[in-house]
Amino acid sequence: METFKVKRVFFEDLGLNNPVFAQILGICSTLAVTNVLKNTVVMCVGLIFTTALSNLTVSMMREYIPARIRMMVETLIIAAYVIIVDIMLKAYLPDVSRQLGPYIGLIITNCIIMGRAEAFALSNPPFLSFLDGIASGFGYSYVLIIIAVVRELMGSGSIWGIRVLGDWWTNWSIMVMAPGAFFVLAIFIWVVKGMRTEEEKGEKK
Amino acid sequence: MSGISFYVVFFAAIFTNNILLTNYLGMCSFLAVSKEVKTASGLGMAVIFVMAITSVLNWLAYYYILLPLNLTYLRFIVFIIIIAAFVQLLEMIIERVSERLYASLGIFLPLITVNCAILGASLFLVIRKYTFVSSFFYGLGSGIGWALAILAMAGIREKMKKSRVPKGLAGAGMALIIAGIMALAFMGFSGMLNIT
Repeated sequence: METFKVKRVFFEDLGLNNPVFAQILGICSTLAVTNVLKNTVVMCVGLIFTTALSNLTVSMMREYIPARIRMMVETLIIAAYVIIVDIMLKAYLPDVSRQLGPYIGLIITNCIIMGRAEAFALSNPPFLSFLDGIASGFGYSYVLIIIAVVRELMGSGSIWGIRVLGDWWTNWSIMVMAPGAFFVLAIFIWVVKGMRTEEEKGEKK
Repeated sequence: MSGISFYVVFFAAIFTNNILLTNYLGMCSFLAVSKEVKTASGLGMAVIFVMAITSVLNWLAYYYILLPLNLTYLRFIVFIIIIAAFVQLLEMIIERVSERLYASLGIFLPLITVNCAILGASLFLVIRKYTFVSSFFYGLGSGIGWALAILAMAGIREKMKKSRVPKGLAGAGMALIIAGIMALAFMGFSGMLNIT
């Protein structure tokens, strides 16, 4: 029973309940940081760290948080972890930190973290909440990474800063700019939803 | 950077550096609340107002409290508290002063606290080192830009209801495509001014 629950928590967040394309949450940063893969990976690590630990903390404190001000408490907990991420990045990866700019701070208002704390951590024990945080973090991250690969590949012909496409490739500069992000995410959602409706059709038959 | 005059900042924040279409901030409520023009305009007004005021408040807090005390790393917490407190206060004032305004604007105010555009604007103005006056106009301009984008979006989506969209694309997917095309259109302004 217990292992079953753990598994279910983990895989639902990766697939069916994926924050980005099923719930359309937290896409501000999805779009903003995905023009370069390296920044995206850094952002994802920061996000997984914050979701997991804030979920854990909220869950441990859930019996002491007064219901009326719980949003405020959750926000403060999240903000504290984001500050840790920000300081770490400034110390170890100053270049990336400068490029990400305000988006690290905006992890605070990323609806995913708040949503998980609100929907899951407030009513579940710490360990499960921690797992749930990691899983939603991963669910978010792999979508981000796929989008980043597409955008960097098409926009600058490279992956992780290394040029993979030859000189024959003309860069689609639109991809690294704002509209590209919207289009790639839209197509991604389209593909996923299309696959899912196909599956449902198959099940009915 | 701080030498840019405030009206350049103001217009750039509306058009060339639109906070929604070039910095992707405030997407969550942008997608959720853009189904009808009426609600979209309500939220837009609330964002303009809150963003202009909180930009100024956060500027004051940053330069007169955090910087002298060398506590700049606490800026995330301080900004978010100021925004949340201001929104709460505003909600109470509006409720007392005008029933009608509260009915049209009140429900949007809690949404605004978690709108990343508000916090984002405050973070940008610290990073770009705007002066006090520029900060106010940056906040105001970003708010207007955001409202403009959500109004346009709601208008388009109201029309889109009648057209047939591929099933998998209906809803969020289509909204993103529209946003992409709008971002393309706004890129047309990009030669005019630049603040980054």
